[in-house]
Amino acid sequence: MSAAWLRWIGPVAVGLLFVAGWHAAVTLGEVPHYIVPSPLLVAETLVADWSLLARSLRFTLEVTLLALALSVLLGTLLSFLFVQSRLIEASLFPYAVVLQVTPIVAIAPLIIIWVREPFAALVICATVAAIFPVIANTTLGLRSVDPGLADLFRLYRASRLQTLLRLRLPGAAPYFFAGLRISAALALIGAVVAEFVAGTGGTESGLAYQILMAGLQLNIPRLFAALLLITLAGIALFLGVSLLSWLALRRWHESEVSSPG
Amino acid sequence: MHDAQAAVEIRGADKTYPNGVRALSPIDLTVREGEIVTLVGPSGCGKSTLLRMVAGLLAPDRGSVRLADAFAGRTAFVFQQPTLMPWARVEANVRLPLELAGERGAGAAEEVAHALELVGLSPFARAWPRELSGGMQMRASIARALVTQPRLLLMDEPFGALDEITRHRLDREISALAAHERLTILFVTHSIYEAAFLSSRAFVMSARPGRLTREVVIDAPHPRGDAFRASPAFTAACAELSQRLAEAAGEPVA
Ligand SMILES: Nc1ncnc2c1ncn2[C@@H]1O[C@H](COP(=O)(O)OP(=O)(O)OP(=O)(O)O)[C@@H](O)[C@H]1O
Ligand SMILES: [Mg+2]
Repeated sequence: MSAAWLRWIGPVAVGLLFVAGWHAAVTLGEVPHYIVPSPLLVAETLVADWSLLARSLRFTLEVTLLALALSVLLGTLLSFLFVQSRLIEASLFPYAVVLQVTPIVAIAPLIIIWVREPFAALVICATVAAIFPVIANTTLGLRSVDPGLADLFRLYRASRLQTLLRLRLPGAAPYFFAGLRISAALALIGAVVAEFVAGTGGTESGLAYQILMAGLQLNIPRLFAALLLITLAGIALFLGVSLLSWLALRRWHESEVSSPG
Repeated sequence: MHDAQAAVEIRGADKTYPNGVRALSPIDLTVREGEIVTLVGPSGCGKSTLLRMVAGLLAPDRGSVRLADAFAGRTAFVFQQPTLMPWARVEANVRLPLELAGERGAGAAEEVAHALELVGLSPFARAWPRELSGGMQMRASIARALVTQPRLLLMDEPFGALDEITRHRLDREISALAAHERLTILFVTHSIYEAAFLSSRAFVMSARPGRLTREVVIDAPHPRGDAFRASPAFTAACAELSQRLAEAAGEPVA
């Protein structure tokens, strides 16, 4: 009980101190709000511009979640393919690495030119940014089968499908979730970066677009409000994925078995 | 006993691992239906290797390992480690061999319950493997081996992690299974007392590369009870086995 309390009180106190210090610095130092707005002003802007910002938040979240879903789907399918044969893995894995090491800012303009539909282009960019950890981790997990259990399945003449579903998949789950956490963050970053690259060309607009426009118009409070929403979206995403991981693994895996007391 | 059908025939089987470790020198061994053959030997002499060859999990470099038709596909293996799936409850672990064979429903549930009862784990059917002690995990693994009603049971030091009382009880169960179900058992142990209690025939293995020395025949009918531990046959077998073991350990390692 007290341990759980301690886990919250620390971060919350740091956050409150930070906001209070920010407010004090801005008001006492008489910093103009087009350089650094006070937290109060940011909150007011958030409320005042809510209809605009909420629409952008929704757009960015849609791109992020769709990209994350695609990463999970395509990523796990690719890792199934990889563990079927070393030849397939050796032939394809280098290209997954190429995809990973090429900065998304560098590929995004091409994708945006090739894919006319802006929403689809952004989803593709974010997927490219996010898919690698799912592929790499799930492949590693599918390969990290307990050799004793593999012997057991061979002894009972388990089919390939039975071995995949009952042995490889459950064994890979902890690896998959570790990858998913990284991918979730990358999907959000990918969505924001791609929108920056797309710039004002897009018809619909996400939070990156709001930041871009607010910067051009020197509407710094709105810029801060949009930034805050991106951060909050990232935190929510992280917590959501952590919750999923906890639900799936809490019964048996050391990483999620809550320590007693 | 000598007229019984051969269940396992090992002819000149040897094994050198890819890293150059010579685990076994050629082994000749016949296990007949319904008998319990035990292997006793120093650590690293190739006992697990031999068992894995019998199970078909490892091919011999030379020679052959053959199972009689009635035994093929009806082999169960209790590994040296519990080897449970950590993501499945105890009962699901025990049910696994049945499910892999496509058996479900009430019949399967009954067999799982029966196997768990045999090893004294019924109260822990719904537990997770990580919640069990090492000895309890081993018993779950034994239940899993028995659940398919195998004809041939390969056991690799199954009771090493158990307390003496439980070990004695399970030794009696094994003896009873061999007698009543005509189960054929190849059993690896470090304990000469366990070997003397269980064996129809016992072999001492020499240090690596493992070789079988002359068999010790223990001529008492199964099922054996605790009274057998006080019999002259048991005492004589223990004495002979411990002498063989000392000889095997004294030999220079090839
Ligand atoms: N996969 C492997 N690769 C290489 N060497 C191996 C492998 N498995 C076993 N060995 C070697 O083969 C020898 C025999 O191993 P094995 O496991 O059969 O011994 P054991 O008699 O079962 O020993 P213990 O009583 O300690 O279980 C050992 O020296 C070991 O180092
Ligand atoms: Mg061994």
